[in-house]
Amino acid sequence: MGLREKLEELRKQGIQEIKASADLDHLNDIRVKMLGKKGPLTTVLRGMKDLSKEERPKVGKFANEIRDELAQALEAKKAELATARLNAKLAAETLDVTLPGTPTVQGQPHVIQQIIDQLVDLFVGMGYQVAVGDEVEQDEYNFERLNLPKDHPARDMQDTFYVTPSVLMRTQTSPMQARMMEKHDFANGPLKMISPGKVYRRDTDDATHSHQFHQVEGLVVGEHVTMADLKGTLEVVAKTLFGDELAVRLRPSYFPFTEPSVEADITCFNCLGQGCAICKHTGWLEVLGAGMVHPNVLKMSGVDPEVYGGFAFGLGPDRFAMIKYVVEDIRDFYQNDVRFLNQFNQKG
Amino acid sequence: MKVSYQWLNQYLPLEEKGIQPAALAEKLARTSVDINDVYSPMDGLKKLVVGLVVACEPHPDSDHLNVCQVQVSETETLQIVCGAPNVQVGKKVIVALVGARIKDNIKIKRGKIRGVESNGMLCALQEIGFSEQVAPKDYEAGIWFLPDDAVVGDAVYPYLGMDDTIIDTDLTPNRGDMLSIFGNVNDLAAIYDLPNGFESHPVVESDEAMADQLSATLADEAIAPAYEMRLIKHLHVADSPMWLQIKLWNAGIRPINNVVDITNYILLKYGQPLHAFDYAKLPSHQITVRHAQAGEQLTTLDGEARSLQASDIVIAAGEEAVALAGTMGGQSTMVDEQTTSVALEAAIFDPVMVRKQARRLDLHSESSMRFERGINPETLHQALDEAAYWLAELAGGQVVAGKAVAARPQFADREITLSVRRVNHVLGTELTMAMIEQLMVRLDFAAHSLDDDQLVVAVPARRWDIELPADLYEEIARLYGYDNLPSTLPTMTKTAGGLTETQARLRASRHTLEGLGLTQAISYSLTTVKRAQQFRVAPDQTQPMQLDYPMSSDHVATRMSIISGLLLDVAYNHARKVADVALYEQGRVFLPQGGERPLEEEHVAGAVTGHLTPANWHQAAQPVDFYALKGIVQTYLQNLAVAGEITYVADSSRPEMHPGRTANILLDGQVVGFLGQVHPSCAAEYKIPETYVFELNLAALLAAPKRDKHYVHISKYPAVTRDIALLVDQTITNQAIVAAIKQKGGAYLKQVQLFDLYRGEHLPANKKSLAYTLTYQADDATLKEDDVNQAFEKVVAHLTTTLGAEIR
Ligand SMILES: [Zn+2]
Repeated sequence: MGLREKLEELRKQGIQEIKASADLDHLNDIRVKMLGKKGPLTTVLRGMKDLSKEERPKVGKFANEIRDELAQALEAKKAELATARLNAKLAAETLDVTLPGTPTVQGQPHVIQQIIDQLVDLFVGMGYQVAVGDEVEQDEYNFERLNLPKDHPARDMQDTFYVTPSVLMRTQTSPMQARMMEKHDFANGPLKMISPGKVYRRDTDDATHSHQFHQVEGLVVGEHVTMADLKGTLEVVAKTLFGDELAVRLRPSYFPFTEPSVEADITCFNCLGQGCAICKHTGWLEVLGAGMVHPNVLKMSGVDPEVYGGFAFGLGPDRFAMIKYVVEDIRDFYQNDVRFLNQFNQKG
Repeated sequence: MKVSYQWLNQYLPLEEKGIQPAALAEKLARTSVDINDVYSPMDGLKKLVVGLVVACEPHPDSDHLNVCQVQVSETETLQIVCGAPNVQVGKKVIVALVGARIKDNIKIKRGKIRGVESNGMLCALQEIGFSEQVAPKDYEAGIWFLPDDAVVGDAVYPYLGMDDTIIDTDLTPNRGDMLSIFGNVNDLAAIYDLPNGFESHPVVESDEAMADQLSATLADEAIAPAYEMRLIKHLHVADSPMWLQIKLWNAGIRPINNVVDITNYILLKYGQPLHAFDYAKLPSHQITVRHAQAGEQLTTLDGEARSLQASDIVIAAGEEAVALAGTMGGQSTMVDEQTTSVALEAAIFDPVMVRKQARRLDLHSESSMRFERGINPETLHQALDEAAYWLAELAGGQVVAGKAVAARPQFADREITLSVRRVNHVLGTELTMAMIEQLMVRLDFAAHSLDDDQLVVAVPARRWDIELPADLYEEIARLYGYDNLPSTLPTMTKTAGGLTETQARLRASRHTLEGLGLTQAISYSLTTVKRAQQFRVAPDQTQPMQLDYPMSSDHVATRMSIISGLLLDVAYNHARKVADVALYEQGRVFLPQGGERPLEEEHVAGAVTGHLTPANWHQAAQPVDFYALKGIVQTYLQNLAVAGEITYVADSSRPEMHPGRTANILLDGQVVGFLGQVHPSCAAEYKIPETYVFELNLAALLAAPKRDKHYVHISKYPAVTRDIALLVDQTITNQAIVAAIKQKGGAYLKQVQLFDLYRGEHLPANKKSLAYTLTYQADDATLKEDDVNQAFEKVVAHLTTTLGAEIR
């Protein structure tokens, strides 16, 4: 057998052995055996000296080709085996991904807080400032400055917790109207504010009445504020809270601090006006009271009603939450059953 | 007010114009006043017909039942067993046929009553839906008799006015004018632009002159802006005709007798309350309107003996009070069957005085309600005269010529000048002068223009709620239609808007606590005095603010801490088998400071019980303990970024807290809060399990200077650590050890971290072992072993000498 044949034989045998190898250690043995200093290839090449001058470079080149080929085959097999080993390891590590994740702790904002925050963000975005007032108020600001003198029959509309004849638990967040108007410098532009917070009424708690609830009062006073602006503003509120293009309809109402006064209904978000149980089959939901600020209220706060005017509205976050989430008992908001609170875990 | 659709139709062509009750109610709600309900008294009733009792025999097996033969059509006579004591042959009665539906949807079936067949039922008014308060008293114990000319077999509803539709309006306090048919007719005429056919009946006076038979004076003019009386003699008290009774009961008023019914009819028609005194029973015929004397006694119509106050207002005959003005008549001068002459009063009383009296005595009537909301002075004479007319017509009375007048009603149109430009400016509309004038015409308000912008409107006294241009804007808006207003957003100078720094930080504070696993609660701020006092951060303020006139014993005082409310929440959850509760609440506490109003301080508090994370397949449950809560509080405070030093000092003085597991939280030495375990006795009172709480004076923390926001250089040189374990007395605190380490730590000591605490076995009693890692690092060089060792040795020596620590 000539040298060339021997090399050819080695190549065949080497490729075969590499292919057959099943693990990295064995592959390494093959490498050492084949390409090592004592390996057959080296031995064969030692016999080159017996070749003719013409033959020598040809066989040498051939031998180098074989060496490269075997080295490549070894690398390829090594990579193949490494992948296989990794895959086997990964397979052994397989988890049941349907097992529940490790619980982490996370709290929730109260559902009423969520609605208040939504409203605050909306109005802040429209250039309103936020004025938070005291919950214990003076009769003067809660009633008198809102055009509700003592013994006014409209005081019957709001049963009040009095502390002394002149101090009470505020029945509305409207006192901030007067407190802000008297401070505001209209030379610097209009006053746009909302006032969110807790309010109190002398009521017996039941499914639909609560002696404590929340209100977001809004007020815009400037030189060019119209009732049409009020209507448009309320439409934006409805859209923000209920997510649809809901119509707003106004009905005549009465609040001593606004004139004209209106009750605002929005299209029922649930049936879009078709009528359903939530809207008592009217297609409308009564959501808030509003109106154009009464000239007496402006005057009492030192604002000239001949020059300035505006609108005010009062939203009830409790009522909004009851409508939006179909909560049947207002007491649920204040008993704080964590199973109740954690239902409202919607961010944004 | 329960407004009869049929009555409205007497004066307005509603049916003729195809305006049905439901549409009318909707229109009122959108344009005028709110609507409670629209209903027909016959709703839900079925197969109720006129019957004639042709025979009536006692039931063989009963001492109170009768077996009646009742004709219900030309050809049909039914046998019906009836238990009413007043059943009578020859009377027309209400028959519920077999298959009929009566009140409460009860179905009438064929049956046997004590063995005798009965094919229907003879009905009392209450059985077909009349309330006890409205059904006439004479028939209380028996069936109702229909008029003799009722046609046998006809449906009974028209005979009883039950085919009417009632529109029950819900008035706002300003629209007192809508408490009458008169007011409703006026408003509807304006709303629908219909001809107004309201009619009055003029009085026919007899030849007999009043002379000194009756006189009236005001002791105090403020009590009654108007007060007039008529005298009607020779009348016969009897039942009213059906048309009148129907008008009353459909309005929810019980018919009593013709005299009282006529006053109530006028009340409904004009909104003018009247009072009829039995003339003969008046102790004097000189009537005075005056304030009561303190302690004066008066027995009112309802039989109550009332002790009066000087603020009350009365009608006196001579010296004796005979009625509470505007509120309720007196028993001694009440009209009864023997009455033959009445002194009939039409007045306007001061709304505030009536309101106070009605509230004080808890006497709210149809009359007092109207006096409180205002009376139309324009129709006082019409109302009084028409009442006299009906007393003549229906009771055969003779109206004495002239009146006793203490004060005539004073009224005039109120002139209001409107600017068309201003109207449009306020409403956002583009109305023309002509359009506004047209709306005034519909309201029957006279109007004339001064120029092309100004319009002078004469508002009649019947609309006393309209005083200012703004009130007319409302009239214009509602008649023009709120639906026709455009929708726009305010176009004006840009305003910045935004949260104040405090508002933003209050919001961030909430988010931090939510991130730490606490869910926001909102509890009641009003609580019991005892609970209001518990868990105060600053124990020196002891008395909470209390309500003057609370509604419930659970809510009488304003809270001085938030924790007690949270514990009620924990209890609520615990009672419902919810074991793991982690709540926080942020809000006001109320701290009386001697001023008119308490200090309202922003606080934040938390309450945690059970486990922070529940047990699961992957890891064990993590129960709440002192340190778990302290971790939450520490991270929270870290987020607040106050510059001052926060320390925790053991406190055993808080009565509601575990004496060994409570720490005050101090900011630069000032107590700003506390945390710890609720005292087991207190927990037992709240019926809650082991619970950990904290409360912080958030206002103080937000007001404190903030940590520097400058960047702190991070050393690029390696840090070196040394561990030290020491055995100390149980009483020595971690805080004391850390302070001692830091005191002698040297310039390179960056951090001291506790990594182990051991007590118990293998240690002497009263000893504990703590182990700390001390981290040394220099900003400008790599530290040498020697430097670190030297520094460390100083610490070791210091601990040994000052704390008696044994280094292990
Ligand atoms: Zn609906």
